[in-house]
Amino acid sequence: MTEEFEPKIVGFLCNWCSYAGADLAGVSRIQYPPNLRIIRVMCSGRIDPAFILEAFRSGADGVLISGCHPGDCHYIAGNYKAQRRGILLKRLLEQFGVEPQRLRIEFVSASEGAKFAAVVKEMVEDIKKLGPSPLKVQTEGLIYA
Amino acid sequence: MKQGEKETPRIGVFICHCGINIGGVVNVPEVVAYAKTLPDVFYAEDNLYTCSSDGLNKIKEGIGKYNLNRVIVASCTPRTHEPLFRATCEEAGVNKYLFEMANIREHCSWAHMHEHERATEKAKDIVRMAVAKARLLQPQTEPEIDVTPSALVIGGGISGMTATLCLADQGFKVSLVEKEPELGGMLRNLHKLYPTMQDASESLGHFIEAVKSNKSIDVFTSTVVKEVKGFIGNFKVTLQKGNSETANLDIGTIVVATGATVFEPVGMYGYGEHENIITQLQLERLLKEGKLKKPERVVMIQCVGSREEKGRTYCSRVCCMTALKNAMLIRELYPETEVYLLYRDLQTYGQRYEHHHREAQDKGIRFIKYALEKSPEVSAGKNGKLEVNIYHALLGEQLKIESDLVVLSTPLIQHEDAKELSKMLKVPLGSDGFFFEAHVKLRPIEFATDGIYVCGTAHSPKDTAESVSQAFGVASKAAIPMALKRLKTEAITALVDEDLCSGCRICEAVCEYSAIEMQEKEGKLTSKVLEALCKGCGTCGASCPTGAITMRHFTDNQLIAQIKAAPQVVKEVAKT
Repeated sequence: MTEEFEPKIVGFLCNWCSYAGADLAGVSRIQYPPNLRIIRVMCSGRIDPAFILEAFRSGADGVLISGCHPGDCHYIAGNYKAQRRGILLKRLLEQFGVEPQRLRIEFVSASEGAKFAAVVKEMVEDIKKLGPSPLKVQTEGLIYA
Repeated sequence: MKQGEKETPRIGVFICHCGINIGGVVNVPEVVAYAKTLPDVFYAEDNLYTCSSDGLNKIKEGIGKYNLNRVIVASCTPRTHEPLFRATCEEAGVNKYLFEMANIREHCSWAHMHEHERATEKAKDIVRMAVAKARLLQPQTEPEIDVTPSALVIGGGISGMTATLCLADQGFKVSLVEKEPELGGMLRNLHKLYPTMQDASESLGHFIEAVKSNKSIDVFTSTVVKEVKGFIGNFKVTLQKGNSETANLDIGTIVVATGATVFEPVGMYGYGEHENIITQLQLERLLKEGKLKKPERVVMIQCVGSREEKGRTYCSRVCCMTALKNAMLIRELYPETEVYLLYRDLQTYGQRYEHHHREAQDKGIRFIKYALEKSPEVSAGKNGKLEVNIYHALLGEQLKIESDLVVLSTPLIQHEDAKELSKMLKVPLGSDGFFFEAHVKLRPIEFATDGIYVCGTAHSPKDTAESVSQAFGVASKAAIPMALKRLKTEAITALVDEDLCSGCRICEAVCEYSAIEMQEKEGKLTSKVLEALCKGCGTCGASCPTGAITMRHFTDNQLIAQIKAAPQVVKEVAKT
């Protein structure tokens, strides 16, 4: 493989803050690498840890969870729940041999287009250093029913 | 026969060029060709502008001609355009929940303007993910509810009274709750209001009179809201007066107009140590009561406890104009008194206020700019005077001002008890402590929770004119559901599979809206969703250990299909 490794990152963004922050990055024409695939959920509290594991199993090299800032959740406290679940999941991932840095939890508000772009850029750089997900290498060639 | 659960999906994909906004970066025809290869896609086309009437007609034609039962528009963000496309689908007989949007503008062409090839690949991925979800979309019926034609306004200041009167004028019954024994709020403490220099008590008098004499308005003073249950159109509110007396109300919509209080700068600039160091609010009271003794020199310090590096980072909006107004009032009262105004940035914003700045300069107010890192220092001087040391940022010199009175301009801050109200109403406070609206531009005076609205300084620091405008806005917003009498509510709610539910009650514990109730059925404890209370955040679904709960329109299966579709490369898709 001579081409540079381009990680695939799956991002779960809440509808109210982070998805809107990603919109703002676009509206502001802030350029960031096209490695992220965004899945919109109403609240980061909706993100079942199983979804994150599924993303890694399906070949993601990284997963981004992004919700509203502490205190700004449109559903009162979904972001805290997402954060707590995410932190626990990082430990679990480590036991699977997946570097915990591949899962990133961020707070991005609807007004933080620049922050959103910076987070994606940084994440792509970090994961490029780590290389492809070990889970992806292990499961390559397997066919799921 | 349309839209049954078992029908085979027939997906139509409409890909928008958005002029050159998408088409100038993403190779749209290539994405159209790719979309046609995806499972269950029966039709795909590109449009110059899908949101134009021409584009919308194309969607309707496509639905009719190809018998489509799922529609995807790949264009901009659903946050602005989803309602339009959903309505178009409904017009053509396709349930609006069978529509899905693929955001290839904000999230793709605009963010990757110089990488045409990779942006095109990403657009294909985004469309593939939308197709994966659309295949599993189900039609939903939005529940209809009745709306009680009666409003609750919390807070009897100028904002609350304005909203109350406006709602009553529209023919609705209004209950106005004020925790203090008197109506009037912050304005009761103020002397004269800028820019008209009208007496605050004079304007207030008219309002209080109008509220009290209106037969559609029930005023509850010395009363607080004790409990709020229910949902838009059907709130059950309990009020408490004193320690015992309570009242129960049936309410359709709720307005939060609880106002703000003023920051007490204890420990800053010697406040609390010397009686001649006061806040701008205390100065108002002295002026109002005619108790200000003639000072030789007054120093006002702006941005005390606001626009900080951390903590209260916000600008309190009213302090610059308040200080200018009071400085000029002092000069009118005592023309020989010197008034210094120490500021960081003077923000006499907008079309009305800038000339007051010039007027103050003409009237001999002295302005000194200081920097945050070199803030003035106040200490006790000789003969009971105060000494203000200030680094003059423009002259580059340290100055010493001897003063009889130091006035600190402190910001408006949220009331302590707002946290309790926020929890009770299930509406958020922002990181600055103020009530937080659903969207700063698109829904600026309502909460994400339906049927609850906010106005005045409870929302953010603002002056009387701005509070009154916002209160009128809120009154018309809060009247809409009551005028409609019946409402449809969003069908994105939780769904419990009773067979899988183990009755562990975790969902009940994590739900912030008390929307989950346990029920016993045939000897088995299972959870039940109270749909009208459910806001669809999905945190119950994410915490359910048995996978018994999912969310309508964001089901586990739909999200997992999107996840699986996300990292795939094009070739792998062709295989399946």
